[in-house]
Amino acid sequence: MKRTEREESSATESSAVVTDGAGVDWRGSASSSVTVTRAERLREFYEETVLKPMLVAWSDSRTRLGLLIIGFYVSLALVAVLGLWRAPSTSQAPRYLTLFENMQYPLGTTASGTDLAALIIHSTPDILLMVTSGGLWATGIAVLVGTVAGYKGGSVGRALMSISDFVMAIPGLPLVMILAITFNPKNPILLGIVININYWAGLGRSIHSQVLTIRENNYVEASRTMGVSTPRIILKDVLPNIMPYVTVNFVFAARYVVFASIGLFFLGVLPYSDQNWGVTLNFAYNGGALFSWSAAHWLLVPMAAIIGLSVGLILLGQGMDRVFNPRVRTRLTGESASTASADEKETGMTEVL
Amino acid sequence: MSNYYVRRTARVFATIFAVATLTFGLIRLLPGGPFTQLRAQLLRQGVPASEVDARISNLQNIDPNAPLWRQYLDYMGAVAQGNFGESISLGEPVAQIIAEAVPWTVFVVLVSTILMFAVGIFLGSLQAYWEGSRFDKAFSGLSIGLMSVPFYVVAVISLYVFAYQWGWLPTAGTVGTNVEKELSVPFVLSALEHSLLPIFSYTLGGIGGQALAMRGNSIQVLGNDYVRVARLRGLPDRRIATRYVARNAILPMYTGFLLLLGFRLSGTVILEQIFSYTGLGYYMFAALKANDYPLMMATFLIITVALIVGVYIADLTYSKIDPRISAGGSDEAY
Repeated sequence: MKRTEREESSATESSAVVTDGAGVDWRGSASSSVTVTRAERLREFYEETVLKPMLVAWSDSRTRLGLLIIGFYVSLALVAVLGLWRAPSTSQAPRYLTLFENMQYPLGTTASGTDLAALIIHSTPDILLMVTSGGLWATGIAVLVGTVAGYKGGSVGRALMSISDFVMAIPGLPLVMILAITFNPKNPILLGIVININYWAGLGRSIHSQVLTIRENNYVEASRTMGVSTPRIILKDVLPNIMPYVTVNFVFAARYVVFASIGLFFLGVLPYSDQNWGVTLNFAYNGGALFSWSAAHWLLVPMAAIIGLSVGLILLGQGMDRVFNPRVRTRLTGESASTASADEKETGMTEVL
Repeated sequence: MSNYYVRRTARVFATIFAVATLTFGLIRLLPGGPFTQLRAQLLRQGVPASEVDARISNLQNIDPNAPLWRQYLDYMGAVAQGNFGESISLGEPVAQIIAEAVPWTVFVVLVSTILMFAVGIFLGSLQAYWEGSRFDKAFSGLSIGLMSVPFYVVAVISLYVFAYQWGWLPTAGTVGTNVEKELSVPFVLSALEHSLLPIFSYTLGGIGGQALAMRGNSIQVLGNDYVRVARLRGLPDRRIATRYVARNAILPMYTGFLLLLGFRLSGTVILEQIFSYTGLGYYMFAALKANDYPLMMATFLIITVALIVGVYIADLTYSKIDPRISAGGSDEAY
């Protein structure tokens, strides 16, 4: 979408030059295209970058559901931040209330009489922060390494890919465990980065191979012969091509953070200051919730929270693919009547968990 | 061509070497450093300082008073010979513990990954054939649902239901306590019984992703001209499905299979903990908890080597399986 906007603006510029300088309008009736006001350009920009993606996203039921679910979690986080729900503390309620037994504590209580709903709600902000930072870190580094290595090629490319291969060879979870014990990161943003510390390598590798084909395109070659700087070529010519892939994989990286972090919290490896979903799961597991049906909700409630968030993320990821697929895009915004069957492009990232 | 294989093989050894160096460094990063705790403990027990040093160097084949480069060389030399020292918490040679643990982990990971791919490929290709049907929609939804359930959630729930509540399957261990460790029918049956839940929970969550991938690949292949030509030639559907579609659709998933195998080895840290299944991951976690550095480093290294070898095999065999891919490629610098 960035390309079309740029082409459009450069087209108006060049035609303006032609009409001013030579006085010969070789384009026939091009007078209307010369006078593009700033307001029009802004509106065009808004339509291209905000309105159309939203329309396409909303028209797909999966994305709609995904956005609603993520929105629900964000509102949970807001509830916690604004203090609209009581904070969790021990002996605040009768012990072992089950689901909806007492509407004051709709999700029941734990063995120590802690409100489960409060536990879930108050750990949401940290989890969302962790997920976002982990996703941004993984995709950011992957894009940087993948595009630079892919575009530059040569010894730079080889060096970057060798580093990626090395990082990829280190097993993720055990490495995170050792790092967590060493650095004891309690800050959720830092924790997200630690968990995805080597997730970028695989992604960077697949971006690299995509960029290898993109760099052979005519317009990239044109930019290069015009002497456009490398960062600018990567930013303007290469990046827009891989953006769909990157966005989809951002969602998958975020989901990996959810799975891995909760799993490690569940094991009791990661440091924590407050109980979160994983720690609650750990307490329930070690607190004897396995042995009786009456305490099952103690396990099930945090599990439902995890599954809900990852369903939202996956639906969003699947729908995102549609947003960036140009053929589906034009059909849905009503610009073209000819419709090609939506080709499903699967993301090739290997999932660890 | 042969040049590529030589380079690729050299890189495997270089990577293993680098990871071994990294583990050496990582362990020294850990709070307290290696053996500080053990030394304090031994000194408290009244063991003379010189003997403490001797014992510790025996544990890790490292002289703690030697300069760092000397320790490093000693460590690398020992590792190259397969000598990982002695476990602090279990008091056995690390190599022996690992040799006993590896088969269980490999068994669970291999069986569950193969099952996951088989079921995923089967479901995905059916979905692709009946694209847009109610079956397709239902299973696409189911796949997304399965993808969102972490395996440890499946593990805890299945442990809760099948082992604790209904008592159908054992709750922990690799074989029954009263079964002799020898190759006999009761041993195999017991081992299967104990591995059922870990394999089940490690398989279920992965099916969704594989089914979706296979569905996408198959739909893409089905749209190709050669499939249409095959239909026009009047080839039987079964032949088209297996020879023309399945082969080409599975191809991109092949690298994923070997990579996943390696990745899933590291996931066993969580899985084996839940089922108290004494494999690599179980010992890795136990070592971490007990500050048992020799055991921890060794498990970490073994898992890494498995991952590296997986990627290596994937790289080498891929060009054999798919002749369109040539090893190497354009490498012009811009």
